Amino acid sequence: MTRFSLAQTPIDTATLRAQLLDDRVGGYASFEGWVRNHNDGRDVLGLRYEAYASLAEAEGAKVLDEALEKFDVLDVRCVHRVGDLVIGEMAVWVGVSAAHRDAAFAACRYVIDEVKARVPIWKHERYAEGDADWLHPDPKP
Amino acid sequence: MAKVTVLYFASLRDAAGVSSEIVEAGGELRTLYEALRERHGFALPVERLRVAVDGAFARWSDDVRDGSEVAFIPPVSGG
Repeated sequence: MTRFSLAQTPIDTATLRAQLLDDRVGGYASFEGWVRNHNDGRDVLGLRYEAYASLAEAEGAKVLDEALEKFDVLDVRCVHRVGDLVIGEMAVWVGVSAAHRDAAFAACRYVIDEVKARVPIWKHERYAEGDADWLHPDPKP
Repeated sequence: MAKVTVLYFASLRDAAGVSSEIVEAGGELRTLYEALRERHGFALPVERLRVAVDGAFARWSDDVRDGSEVAFIPPVSGG
């Protein structure tokens, strides 16, 4: 079982969610990141995600291990899309199961923040004006 | 001199025109990036990148190892 995975095809949240449920779970929290139609004041038509797959899977797994260690949760999973995505498609999913909600929310937040900051995945946006560009944001202060 | 395979991603790949190449290099990984930055005209300075060797994050001060695979990691933008 791999807790972190890269997906070439649309993310099936019902199946992922079902994998987290068991009798010890009292709370489930999830985060879904979707492709929006604008970024930084520009109209976005669609985007492509590229990953350094082997390192992305290793670093993603490390983030989830850290979440399991830091928070009182039962399980943590994350799936990130790669390839071409259209507006409204799900780009990333995080799911956390726990006995209580506080830990579930906190772990979910930790995972999406760390994945965005550390996992080698890059976004290539196509704009309404016809151009396209890679996003290489400055790290958050 | 060491022979290494260099991997490029995202804007670095676009600038280099290839996703990987084999190069002869010596010294630190930082020096290797500086040389390739000059050759390919990469916009990003070394301070904004991370580096990985054989699939694991490494330090810029590490020496280039013969036969290794070096990946330059530009600022990530997943999520």
